[in-house]
Amino acid sequence: MEKRDFHIIAETGIHARPATLLVQAASKFNSDVNLEYKGKSVNLKSIMGVMSLGVGQGADVSISAEGADEADAINAVADTMKKEGLAD
Amino acid sequence: MTEMLKGIAASDGIARAKAYLLVQPDLSFSKKSIDDVQAEVDRLHKAVAASSAELKLVRETAAKSLGEEEAQVFDAHMMILDDPEFVGAIESGIKDKKVNAEQVLSDVSANFIQMFEAMTDNPYMQERAADVRDVTKRLMSHLLGVTLPNPSLIDEEVIIIAHDLTPSDTAQLNRKYVKGFITDLGGRTSHSAIMARSLEIPAIVGTEKATGEIKADQMVIVDGNGGVGVIDPSADDVKKYDQAAKDFAAQKAEWEKLKNEKTITKDGKSFITAANIGTPNDVPAAVDNGAEAVGLFRSEFLYMDSAELPTEDEQFKAYKAALEGMNGNQVVVRTMDIGGDKHLSYLPLPEEMNPFLGYRAIRISLDRQDIFRTQLRALLRASHYGNLAIMFPMIATVNEFKQAKAIYEEERQKLIDAGTPVADKIEVGMMMEIPAAAVIADKLAKYADFFSIGTNDLIQYSMAADRGNEHVSYLYQPYNPSILRLVKRTIDAAHKEGKWAGMCGEAAGDPIMVPVLLGLGLDEYSMSATSILKIRSLMRRLDTADMKKIADQAVTEAETNEDVINLVKKATNQ
Repeated sequence: MEKRDFHIIAETGIHARPATLLVQAASKFNSDVNLEYKGKSVNLKSIMGVMSLGVGQGADVSISAEGADEADAINAVADTMKKEGLAD
Repeated sequence: MTEMLKGIAASDGIARAKAYLLVQPDLSFSKKSIDDVQAEVDRLHKAVAASSAELKLVRETAAKSLGEEEAQVFDAHMMILDDPEFVGAIESGIKDKKVNAEQVLSDVSANFIQMFEAMTDNPYMQERAADVRDVTKRLMSHLLGVTLPNPSLIDEEVIIIAHDLTPSDTAQLNRKYVKGFITDLGGRTSHSAIMARSLEIPAIVGTEKATGEIKADQMVIVDGNGGVGVIDPSADDVKKYDQAAKDFAAQKAEWEKLKNEKTITKDGKSFITAANIGTPNDVPAAVDNGAEAVGLFRSEFLYMDSAELPTEDEQFKAYKAALEGMNGNQVVVRTMDIGGDKHLSYLPLPEEMNPFLGYRAIRISLDRQDIFRTQLRALLRASHYGNLAIMFPMIATVNEFKQAKAIYEEERQKLIDAGTPVADKIEVGMMMEIPAAAVIADKLAKYADFFSIGTNDLIQYSMAADRGNEHVSYLYQPYNPSILRLVKRTIDAAHKEGKWAGMCGEAAGDPIMVPVLLGLGLDEYSMSATSILKIRSLMRRLDTADMKKIADQAVTEAETNEDVINLVKKATNQ
């Protein structure tokens, strides 16, 4: 299993458009990808799951992937995080 | 068998076409235990697939007929339908609880809606609750085997029959095929009525029972002039109304000739007939109907059509487009009039007992100066491209006007100092819609460059009668001498200071009201674009000296609304 932590810097947190892009990035892979925040874990391939967490600015989240392409999945999600200015 | 339906004539014209019922089907169901779990899960997946296929079709059609932006709402719907947490939760619910898919769908969806709606600090998420509701309805309809109306798929001429039409309903209608509206609810100023007038199609509203009496695909006639609907017309009816439609078209062609004429009375006095618009997209129709100006640009639509506060540049572009479209003719922009019955999802307002008497319009602007200043800067920058005037809504006191004007002057000076081109002369006036302001119009006229009378609010506040409440709708009396006296007071006060007075409510385009207004000396008449030529034609037949006598009688002798109606009808042979 691959796991990485992120510190969210975007003013509006993980909402709306960035949430959609994260879900799209994760959905390209076969691995199970999860987003964990405040002890709650949701499927990162689910827009409703991601949005239901209500991740705001300054939040610490961790993303884990498990499966054949887990390393690629984590990298793709990290790329999106950076490109969208969600995390450093 | 032929049946007649009476309603309120909301938009002129006569049309005949098949009925399209824009009515939500019955989606009720009962909870059932199931034995064959797999069969129930299969049924769910079948419904998901059918919903998905339908959404794809609706999205494609909407993109073609309405534009990419309107179609995007369906992308959000498809994403929810594809979401593993949503469908997955329903599937595991069926397996765990062994109850029917309808019940589990309803529970799962209620959970998500509740969760999203609870995020009150995040308007974006609250809006997603509406998406979940829409998707649930679609999925439910396929589970139950009933058909949901998909107005964006209409591909033949129809008359829309609805309980009431909301902005999101009308956004999905293809203007090419919609020939008229008949609704159960509403009045002349409801959304469906205003929409019909801007689409230039006939409409009758407030029929109370259209959706109950009319069946899908039945032939119907809408007579928007007489406020009558005919269901299953006989051959004679068809003949009669087709003739009436022809006569109306001929009458319109006659009015059409006045398109490039000035608005002049029989005795040669000049007035201005102008159009009310909501967005720059309405300008071509205004010009097409011979508008000599825009007397009311309702800027709040820029705010309502947006998912967040419109930026200075977005607003600048919209105002500039309207000014350029009007070719040097005046465009009066009303600053943001939010509150009352108009809400912004991204600007939550406090819950109020009496929103129309509460935090609204200029009261918000003076409090949230960041929003107000952004709008004023956008307006000032746009002023360079045409003949702009600005008015403030809901001014009640001299101090409010002075305060708003001072903020305007500050922003104007800042832009000039920064070297931004700003027009030399911009008239800054106010809406006259609060009785207190009308009473001290003589004082306000010293500061405001013009008054524009908003009749709907002036009547509602003068009569202390909510205009949306049908139990007190009898108090909506535009011709009542009390209202006319406030109107006279406003016009006289403006003229005494060398200023002008206009009217931008529905009454300015009303054939009974216009003779009185002419007699009172009102300078500018701003109305739905489609009423302009009719009113111009009427004014050409009227003599201002005669109208002055009628107006005097209406203000001094008449006791009731009806007195004035009878007076005007008799004097003008209407």
